[in-house]
Amino acid sequence: MTGYPHRHLLGIERLQPSEIAAILDTADGLREILDRPIKKVPALRGKTVVNLFYEPSTRTRASFEVAEKVLSADSLSVAAAASSVQKGETLLDTARNLEAMNPDMIVIRHSAAGAPHLLARHCRAAIVNAGDGAHEHPTQALLDALTLRQRKGRLEGLRVAIVGDLLHSRVARSNLWLLSKMGARLVLCAPPTLVPPGLEAFAPVTHRIDEAVEGADAVMMLRIQRERMTGGFYPSDREYHLRFGLTEARVKRAKKDVLILHPGPMNRGVEIASEVADGPYSVILDQVTNGVAVRMAVLLLLLGGGAEG
Amino acid sequence: MKVLLKGGRVIDPSRRIDGAQDVILEDGRVAQVGAKLSPRGADVIEARGLVVCPGFIDLHAHLREPGREDRETIATGTRAAAAGGFTAVCAMPNTEPVNDNSGITRFILDQARAEGAVRVHPIGAITRGSRGEELAEYGDLKDAGCVAVSDDGRPVESARVMRRALEYARAFDLPVVDHCEEPALSERAAMNEGPVATLLGLRGTPAAAEAMVVERDVLLAELTGGRLHVAHLSTAGAADAVRRGKARGVRVSAEVTPHHLLLTDQAVKDSDYDASTKMNPPLRSEADRRAVLEALRDGTIDAIATDHAPHTIDDKQVEYEEAAFGVVGLETAVGLGLDRLVAPGLLSLPQLVALFSSGPARVLGLPGGTLAPGSPADVTILDLTRRRKVDPTRFHSKGRNTPFTGWTLKGAAVMTIVGGRVVWQDRR
Repeated sequence: MTGYPHRHLLGIERLQPSEIAAILDTADGLREILDRPIKKVPALRGKTVVNLFYEPSTRTRASFEVAEKVLSADSLSVAAAASSVQKGETLLDTARNLEAMNPDMIVIRHSAAGAPHLLARHCRAAIVNAGDGAHEHPTQALLDALTLRQRKGRLEGLRVAIVGDLLHSRVARSNLWLLSKMGARLVLCAPPTLVPPGLEAFAPVTHRIDEAVEGADAVMMLRIQRERMTGGFYPSDREYHLRFGLTEARVKRAKKDVLILHPGPMNRGVEIASEVADGPYSVILDQVTNGVAVRMAVLLLLLGGGAEG
Repeated sequence: MKVLLKGGRVIDPSRRIDGAQDVILEDGRVAQVGAKLSPRGADVIEARGLVVCPGFIDLHAHLREPGREDRETIATGTRAAAAGGFTAVCAMPNTEPVNDNSGITRFILDQARAEGAVRVHPIGAITRGSRGEELAEYGDLKDAGCVAVSDDGRPVESARVMRRALEYARAFDLPVVDHCEEPALSERAAMNEGPVATLLGLRGTPAAAEAMVVERDVLLAELTGGRLHVAHLSTAGAADAVRRGKARGVRVSAEVTPHHLLLTDQAVKDSDYDASTKMNPPLRSEADRRAVLEALRDGTIDAIATDHAPHTIDDKQVEYEEAAFGVVGLETAVGLGLDRLVAPGLLSLPQLVALFSSGPARVLGLPGGTLAPGSPADVTILDLTRRRKVDPTRFHSKGRNTPFTGWTLKGAAVMTIVGGRVVWQDRR
């Protein structure tokens, strides 16, 4: 395999557009395997992957596990306690212990931004970031892009609105990098309390969802991370839904063939109305399937594919 | 004992001296400064080609003893100071237990006498346990040897307590050193708030969190007539508040660290979340950095201080947001000043020397900082041509946590003399 010269996947930020395209192309090619009666190829036989999850995760972890199994990698998943410091064993010690088993790759999900970078500095294995704090979630952005590209045939020139909790969202950051690198036209929308400084360098920011959705090819909804809302960023779920939630009426402002994406899990009735989430323009379940394909592509590109050679 | 420092370029900003002079040190005091002094009866130290300065004083160092001897001790911290060209360091009170009573102060001074390589000036706590509630006993602290009070890394949150501290400290002419930061705005912050923190997904503290407390403290110093010293000033807004306060005649002074003068929050990103870029106050924006540098050049800021904060590897080699705040600075400050501030013309050499000697001495009313006859025989000798690469494995400090690893610096302290005795020299 060519087109992906990096040892790790820590974020979208440092990828070239051609490298992003290479991952998406590879994923497109691999997707067909998932429709076969026997969903297994020997590509990564003999390779070991550790999924090290410090945060609860259903879909991302399951998605990586399926991708690993389809490609015949040996994998094990470790659900570690929330904070390594509280637990007594440091992140590095845990990683070094796992390293002693000689894995070829460590997939890490952690609540602290930069945790995968710490591993990359100290471990021999390839490191894949499966979400680090509010920093990046590169495979999510890749699967979103794959979904958009399949449905729209392109990314360049697409008008994409990203709406919701921009402050805490790693999905937003990865998507900002990816979509802006690939030439999409972005608009961002959130209440001012959920817009961190510096985002205006990427794309126009509006506080009116109607403006953001107007003429959009796609609307990416971000989850309101209610568990992180200690600071009173908005007065109530009710007002949030009224002012910033995606409702059917608002979807009508977008293009007729608009796609609605959501990284899940959704807060129905807060950032997204159920009618929208379950509506005809929703590709939320497509995203899940594409997630497996994208992770297969990442595994394959990083681990070289096939036997050692 | 008599020592002649012969043929060096003497820079003594306290007396506006800059020229080829000899210096005689005798019985722990500066005896004479002048041209071609007689070497009779003296040990001669050849200083030709070198710069002879009043001993450098660091206003802000964490020596960690008592309590965190795994991070630093008075012995190792003062050796680091000597190796970095400092003849005196002010020891911050965030020891365990906190230096909030004369017993701890005496312990620190006893240790310094027994094991210290340079002078140690303890700073006592503003409040008991640095909890921000009841004032510590300043009279006792002063008598035991404290030169100022500070709650150090813990900002004095209550304006009422800060007011009382500034008022009460007047009775003992003790400056009050505040770490200016509004806690409600900096809760759980790991770096400066701004575009870089946004991209890194790290929680930031805004520059305003510092500036608003400096504004408050300057107003309180004005109200009370107390002496305020702003620790490690790092923002444009704080510099402006100090500048305006000084213009009104408020008794306020300020220090800045080398890292805030030379680095920005971009270093956090460039290092890929390396915790050696994590300290409090955090590295700021380029606009703040420039404003602070300007405040240094125009005299708003009185001193360069290191905020030397040694940590163990375990404190630092963890997730960025979990890592301890602080960087070491005693062994890099002078080289950074010479190579990155004087060489590019941002400061003159006498200005830099003043910021390390007469400036800090004036701020806390310390002996030294001058080569006036009769003052302590504390001397720092610089070699402007000496190149050194910052190599933490060779630090005398127990701390290795520096953001300057690998920087090559031209200009270094090559000899440190305390009380007329050579406590450190770099043998070529």
